[in-house]
Amino acid sequence: MLKFNSPRSILIAVAALLAVGLIFMALSGYLTPISRLLLDPLVTAQGWLSTRYLAIQDFVTAPADLARLRQRNAELEAENARLQAQVIELQQQLAEDRVLSALLDYVRANPQNQYVTASVIGRDTSPFLQYVIINRGSDHGLRRGMPVVTQQGLVGRVAAVAPAAARVQLLTDAATRVNVRLQQSGADAVLLGQVTGELSLDMIPQSSAVQVGELVLTSGLGGDYPENLLIGQVSGVRRLEAALFQTASVQPVVDFKQLRIVLVIVNFRPVDITPLLPTPSVP
Amino acid sequence: MAVLLAFPLLGGLVMVQSAIVSRIPILHGTADVVLLAVAAWALQPRVTAHWHWAVIGGVLMTLPSALPFGVFLAAYLLTVFLADLLRRRVWRVPMMAMFLVVFCGTLFSHGLSLLALWLTGMPRPLLDSLNLVTLPSLVLNILLAVPMSVLIGDLARWLYPPEIEV
Repeated sequence: MLKFNSPRSILIAVAALLAVGLIFMALSGYLTPISRLLLDPLVTAQGWLSTRYLAIQDFVTAPADLARLRQRNAELEAENARLQAQVIELQQQLAEDRVLSALLDYVRANPQNQYVTASVIGRDTSPFLQYVIINRGSDHGLRRGMPVVTQQGLVGRVAAVAPAAARVQLLTDAATRVNVRLQQSGADAVLLGQVTGELSLDMIPQSSAVQVGELVLTSGLGGDYPENLLIGQVSGVRRLEAALFQTASVQPVVDFKQLRIVLVIVNFRPVDITPLLPTPSVP
Repeated sequence: MAVLLAFPLLGGLVMVQSAIVSRIPILHGTADVVLLAVAAWALQPRVTAHWHWAVIGGVLMTLPSALPFGVFLAAYLLTVFLADLLRRRVWRVPMMAMFLVVFCGTLFSHGLSLLALWLTGMPRPLLDSLNLVTLPSLVLNILLAVPMSVLIGDLARWLYPPEIEV
């Protein structure tokens, strides 16, 4: 049995009183300077130890993380490249769809003709000639002389045909000659291509009052082209009193440098009027 | 080997010419990468198949073009003839020889083209052709002469490795 006057009991009582006293002093804030004095070096030492430990841990585990991050980075770069390629492809498809949609509108507006759609895959290798190569040929019903248009207007005509490709002579080629009609004045003229890539009109009668801005359409004369295909607008008129005819420059509606997709009118057959042309009589 | 290689190489260059190079003009002049390749090949030392390259390049270039057959062929043969002549005389300055051959080759090609168009009833105005087509083409060809010469030089060294004296 525990005796209250035994030395052990007295020691316990003193310890309890000390503990209560310390707790009371701590709660009252009397021990703060002492605890700060004791804890600050401990905190500093523990911080130093923790930092070193983390550094060592990073050093030991970093190669594995680096390899994993590099792999992840490569995967993301590959994904990024794939998505960028997809974006470019979709943008191209969108641009193509817009052109095709415009061509479809043109086809619906001109149901009297039958068309074959073709992509422009190249240009003539000689810089003196304004021809383009299209990816449709005799296998698709194309024949020499068929007119080629876009939704904007006349492009040219098929000059040569292979089974799977054809060569189209553009209006801007220096050898191009097209019989045209000026819409407002009703004057007939001949459209000429230039080596400069421009279009001009010749053989306009002096009596015709040609205005800048007049629309230039095919007349159908000569049988090379169907009539009423839009070519461009008159951008300037040159009239000399001493000359037999007026001349004019034409701003084409088609951008010949940006040709991508064209329509070939396959139900038009050019008429060869060569036998009807007068030949010099032999005396 | 060099002759066999000429078909895919020059065929590829003709496609590049028609699909890409012809769409990048200065004014109305364009570079002629086949002429550059044939000229650079003909100027390489130890190369023997340069006449074959001229014929193959000339025929292949005619295929997508509306120019009368033989214009490119004759122009490339003349170019190779000049290159062959220079290779024996001014071999110490191959790049100068390349520039000279490309300059003359371009003039041969354009001169013969204009002559052929005139003979076939499609004449082009000479002054406009010179200003708008030939001079810009000369500039482009001279600009591309250096890289083409380097590429073809590497190809020639691969096909005809230099002999080592033992």
